[in-house]
Amino acid sequence: MKAEEQRSPSLYWLQQPPADWRARLADLSKSTPGEAAWAEAVALANYRLNFQLTNALATTVARLFRDAPDQILQTRPERLAILSSSTTTHLHASLRVGALRRGIWLDVYETEYDQYRQELLDITSPLHAFAPSAILFALDARHVTRGVQDCGTQSQTTQVLDELCETMQSLWRIAQERFDCPVIQQTVVPSLSSLLGNNEHRHPASPAAFITKFNSRLRDLSEAAGIDLLALDARIAHDGLMAWQNPSLWLHAKQEIALPAAPMYGDLVGRLLAARQGRSAKCCVLDLDNTLWGGVIGDDQMDGIIVGQGSALGEAFAGVQSYALALRQRGILLAVCSKNDERVARQPFDAHPDMILKHNHFACFVANWDDKATNIRTIARQLNIGLDALVFVDDNPFERELVRRELPMVAVPELPEDPALVPQCLADAGYFETATLTDEDFQRAAFYRSDAGHSHDTASATDLNGYLAGLAMDLRWARVDQTSLGRTVQLINKTNQFNLTTRRYTEAQVRGFMSQPNILSLQLRLVDRFGDNGIIAVVIGRLDEQSTVEIDTWLMSCRVLGRQVEEATLNIVVEAARRIGAKRLVGIYRPSQKNGMVSRHYERLGFTPQGERSDGVASVLDLDSFVPRETFIQLSEVSA
Amino acid sequence: MISDREIYEGLAEIFADVFMRDDIPLSAALSAADVADWDSFKQIEIVMATEERFGVKFTSAELDNMRQLGDLVRIVAARGTPPS
Repeated sequence: MKAEEQRSPSLYWLQQPPADWRARLADLSKSTPGEAAWAEAVALANYRLNFQLTNALATTVARLFRDAPDQILQTRPERLAILSSSTTTHLHASLRVGALRRGIWLDVYETEYDQYRQELLDITSPLHAFAPSAILFALDARHVTRGVQDCGTQSQTTQVLDELCETMQSLWRIAQERFDCPVIQQTVVPSLSSLLGNNEHRHPASPAAFITKFNSRLRDLSEAAGIDLLALDARIAHDGLMAWQNPSLWLHAKQEIALPAAPMYGDLVGRLLAARQGRSAKCCVLDLDNTLWGGVIGDDQMDGIIVGQGSALGEAFAGVQSYALALRQRGILLAVCSKNDERVARQPFDAHPDMILKHNHFACFVANWDDKATNIRTIARQLNIGLDALVFVDDNPFERELVRRELPMVAVPELPEDPALVPQCLADAGYFETATLTDEDFQRAAFYRSDAGHSHDTASATDLNGYLAGLAMDLRWARVDQTSLGRTVQLINKTNQFNLTTRRYTEAQVRGFMSQPNILSLQLRLVDRFGDNGIIAVVIGRLDEQSTVEIDTWLMSCRVLGRQVEEATLNIVVEAARRIGAKRLVGIYRPSQKNGMVSRHYERLGFTPQGERSDGVASVLDLDSFVPRETFIQLSEVSA
Repeated sequence: MISDREIYEGLAEIFADVFMRDDIPLSAALSAADVADWDSFKQIEIVMATEERFGVKFTSAELDNMRQLGDLVRIVAARGTPPS
């Protein structure tokens, strides 16, 4: 991603539209306006769309469905009336798509240019005929600051401000009474240039200072008036004014919000409408390794993971934890979904001094070796909330893609690689938009404690074949050579969990293996459509006089579990062993504190158990009758 | 430097998205009168998409004087950068 694409107002937490996005839109335009078409429209909306694609999608959906397809919607259709002092027509498409992204049908009506008061007061107006379900007051900066330029004293300015606030309060009240619907007030875009500078507030006739005061007053008034704010000023403070407005185009077309910011504008309104329907996310599901801390707890152990003071990276991970904790404090449930041994995964929460999140902060704690889609279903079931109330936060693109594919209703943000940027990403994405806070919000987290009532049901595995087939996995193998030696030695000395014998070797020892023709020392690299995972497995075997290759070492990075790499590796080992004249393989499992997950590894691969020996449990595989295991992984031998 | 060919290729994609059809023959002489849906809103969409794509900012005077596609292409050729 380019730096500017990682910033709002780009919807950067959504994936870039795929290459076939336009083709899918064309297909949608020709489809029948039923349930499948609606689901596809929602899916197409959930990409990082610029305003052109947003407009194209909105046009297509409007042509296809014409009216709210009540019979297939699972949400309440909305009718938004914009009471505006400038042109907002160019925002309608983005508003509709912002709602569509959340599965909500939206019709938009805009009052005639600067006629919003008249239409509100006149019960025969088109606004009344439209019968809105929500009203948005969108007043531009010049409109709001009329009269300020003539103020000579601060008390005159205050009087103008008081009058404006009274007018707005009465307009809100009329809207609420006439239409019995939520009222949203857009804060004013701080677009007017300052006259004094830093101490602008001292100038009674400053429009810029007046906007600051008015926006502040809106926040005070909103509670008593029972209205919600659309806080454009806060958004713009973050994104920068020039990202939201274009002075030349304001003069040209009286569009206060520039088109490139329109998708974000629509998304902000979509969040508010969804929040009022109770459709904001309720639970943040967090991965552990390289999401809440740096490193892999199963391999790096407690003193090896990176979190807390001591490094910028450690502080960044602590920052992610602090943000999650603050979300919990205001009523968002937290859950863990991690590929780990549960006992190992829990250790940092119980004993690492720099962890901000503790065990009892989680409503649900799932750490096992099942696929994450299965585990996320478990989490939703245990918490008794819908899958569409979950946000899944994971640094690993493989896991994100798997969950998106299996569970499209779960929100899965594209996460910045730098954990320092993760809290802002979650904030910008607005998954947890909440218009009003209640006492219950503050108490909610206490009702859900992972240590209370922990259930261990095992759900059926998701059918992953289609997904695995689409990954275009390529397992590239070679004998360990000078280039791969360093990483090989590192894996040998660090891998604890998927490690059959946990035999540690020095660089000199491994170099010794490389030079002996009867020793196989293989390194395997996995490449898929997400990129190069690097060297992820090492196998060392020794051929004896009886034509047996005994597998001295077989280890693998847990990151690639559940992707058939074990089976593919076996095919490679068999091939390499045959080349040096082997007739059979013998595998050894040496139990350790950490490698329980591979205790049945050889059995699963079709080896025949031979019983215990002094150094572990041996199993044998006859190569004459060996049939290569079928996988979705292509094998490539790389010559040194 | 950006070539006219690169500009027209980019504009073809912009026009395809904005008008949702890819059969509009782009030329320097093309103007709003030649395309059915080319109203003031579409005009702004084209201008803003061009700004984003080629990293240019049109001035108020340039916006006022844009009569045909060649006007826009000339400005992009002078100040734009190829999309990375």
